[in-house]
Amino acid sequence: MPNMAPKKVPMPEQEPDVRNHNFEEVAQGYTEKMAVEEATRCLNCKNKPCVSGCPVNVRIPEFIAKVAEGNFAEAYKIVTSTNALPAICGRVCPQENQCEGKCVRGIKGEPVAIGRLERFVADWYMANCTEKAKRPQSNGHKVAIIGAGPAGLSCAGSLAQKGFEVTIFEAFHTAGGVLVYGIPEFRLPKEKVVAKEIEKLKELGVNIMTDMVMGKVLSIDELFDEMGFEAVFVGTGAGLPNFMKIPGEDLLGVYSANEYLTRINLMKAYQEGYDTPISHCDDIAVVGGGNVAMDAARCAKRMGAKNVYIVYRRSMDELPARAEEVHHAMEEGIEFRLLTNPVQILGDENGVVRAIECVKMELGEPDASGRRRPVPVEGSNFEIPVESVIMSIGTSPNPLIRSTTPGLEANRHGCLVADDHAATTREGVFAGGDAVTGAATVILAMGAGKTAAESIEQYILSKQN
Amino acid sequence: MFQIVKKEQLNSAVTRMEVEAPFIAKKAKAGQFIIFRIDSHGERVPLTIADTDAQRGTVTIIFQAVGRSTKMLAQMNEGDFLADFVGPLGKATELEGYKRACVIGGGVGNAIAYPSAKALYNMDCEVDVIAGFRSKDIVILEDDFKKVCNHLYITTDDGTYGEKGFVTNKLQELIDAGNQYDLVIAIGPIPMMKFVSKVTEPYGIKTLVSLNPIMIDGTGMCGGCRVSVGGEIKFACVDGPDFDGHLVDYDELMKRNTFYKEQERHDAEHCRLLNQTV
Repeated sequence: MPNMAPKKVPMPEQEPDVRNHNFEEVAQGYTEKMAVEEATRCLNCKNKPCVSGCPVNVRIPEFIAKVAEGNFAEAYKIVTSTNALPAICGRVCPQENQCEGKCVRGIKGEPVAIGRLERFVADWYMANCTEKAKRPQSNGHKVAIIGAGPAGLSCAGSLAQKGFEVTIFEAFHTAGGVLVYGIPEFRLPKEKVVAKEIEKLKELGVNIMTDMVMGKVLSIDELFDEMGFEAVFVGTGAGLPNFMKIPGEDLLGVYSANEYLTRINLMKAYQEGYDTPISHCDDIAVVGGGNVAMDAARCAKRMGAKNVYIVYRRSMDELPARAEEVHHAMEEGIEFRLLTNPVQILGDENGVVRAIECVKMELGEPDASGRRRPVPVEGSNFEIPVESVIMSIGTSPNPLIRSTTPGLEANRHGCLVADDHAATTREGVFAGGDAVTGAATVILAMGAGKTAAESIEQYILSKQN
Repeated sequence: MFQIVKKEQLNSAVTRMEVEAPFIAKKAKAGQFIIFRIDSHGERVPLTIADTDAQRGTVTIIFQAVGRSTKMLAQMNEGDFLADFVGPLGKATELEGYKRACVIGGGVGNAIAYPSAKALYNMDCEVDVIAGFRSKDIVILEDDFKKVCNHLYITTDDGTYGEKGFVTNKLQELIDAGNQYDLVIAIGPIPMMKFVSKVTEPYGIKTLVSLNPIMIDGTGMCGGCRVSVGGEIKFACVDGPDFDGHLVDYDELMKRNTFYKEQERHDAEHCRLLNQTV
């Protein structure tokens, strides 16, 4: 008899006023008992709408049935048969728009907590099983992957499972892409989760070369001609920060969210004993309303800022960040200045930020994106005194690969052109994730990596015949 | 991991190191740079590539020990390993098609000027080098420069070696004497690059400077190194580090470079490798 409780089993969390002073994970995860209880809420329905909502098609009811039986090891095997990075997905996927958005239980009440269960299964396995992943028999075919972010890692995992010899080339000193430099420790632990999931990929035989800025140190042509790779997957993301081009963005204390988060997350500027510096201040404004803005604001709070403002030009309803992130940010004392748009940043005599000048906005007619267009209210300018401003208004793909690879086409936004099977305009070169779509989500990038792995397999095997 | 295969002290504060990095050695061109990280707790620090040896697979860096990371690097020895060494980053200096160039280096900036002088000289350009130093005891690369230029002028601020005065005095003197340069390259402290650009501006001599803003990733993903050039925001790590010296906002760059001064001073005093004050 299924558990008909209308609500998800709640997940323990650190109290807001405790967690906004540390970088420990906010959500603590289910205990075994909680996981089993939540798992029994799944109806194991026939048409499995949840699976179609998952970009990597995790066999959801099957793994949840194993959790309900208390067979967590078996549940892990089922999850990882289609998803190489479950501890990450369980934490950062916007499940409300994906698997859980389609769950039948969500019609009357809350959907089954699929993300929390996936996370539980992955964490449980890492804590309890030391068994190394089995390296499949090599099929002798070499594939290069550029970028060790979610798309590249997922593509590498899928190909390695099929027996391909995979090498990932990563520009940074640590693999993970946005998982290590962008998403903060308190949402996604780096050592405990990301590093361990990447270790599992290495056990499958994936070779990761860090400190390799492709396009500079090696070109795609060289990967084919000199190094003997038969196919290349480009998963270089969209890491180029946008600025507003308003006066004062050159002042001291103005950061791109990428810089601020990279200093904190990748370089561990928040921890004693690390050499990378970061500015500390009492009042700080984060411009933008996406998940990255929420991450930056919550980091700023943890770095000791007293007043952290989210400055966003539309209203609450249009905030692009996940509802859960906005909720967490509010609980932690982040102040939302909505319908507010910066017009310039003001500095003191030393060139250091002293305030951000904003104008009030009101919502007009819907624009091409369907969202109501914000219009400035004449003469409503006012200043918010701050010592630092973090610009979090989006990112674009880095031009390095496309500008050094003949025959690789991009659209006018700089995104690589790829078909539904991840094939680019250059033979043997596949692409996916933010490099193709522009800034999107971790799980969409993983889904694209997985699709590309299937196309690469077909491409290489068909060439052979 | 990247092994240090050769180390040489050029003067009391400046060290030359050859690091094994075959991929970079094969690709690097004059004007490009690397980013190194000492160890797992280190910061990422940019240094210009001073020379490469593709055959040996090595990259030469020349640096002055000024803060924590460069002081730690100077403590490392042949056979030691650096955690990270990434490159070649930035755009190569555009050196094609010049007939007569004057390459000017200030202090440790001479190490960065050297590969440009060498490349120009090897392209059959006539090269004058003005190498400026504060004083005799910090003169570096004299013999190296002699091999890659037509005339070498060494200046010291205090007159203890070569000619007394700043590089700008010497440059003005050479221009006044009728030397017609179609390119001036200036690499050194920000005020020096600013004033060299002021000297050449009235003559309309194309002047390239190599900027040294604060960097983190060095691949264009953060904008920490942004500079204003001709009123536009540029990222020095991908759009530079070379820029038209007549268009750079030097005062802004100088201010930006002082942003972490307090923390840097605090950090520089303690060396993690030796676990002692240096």
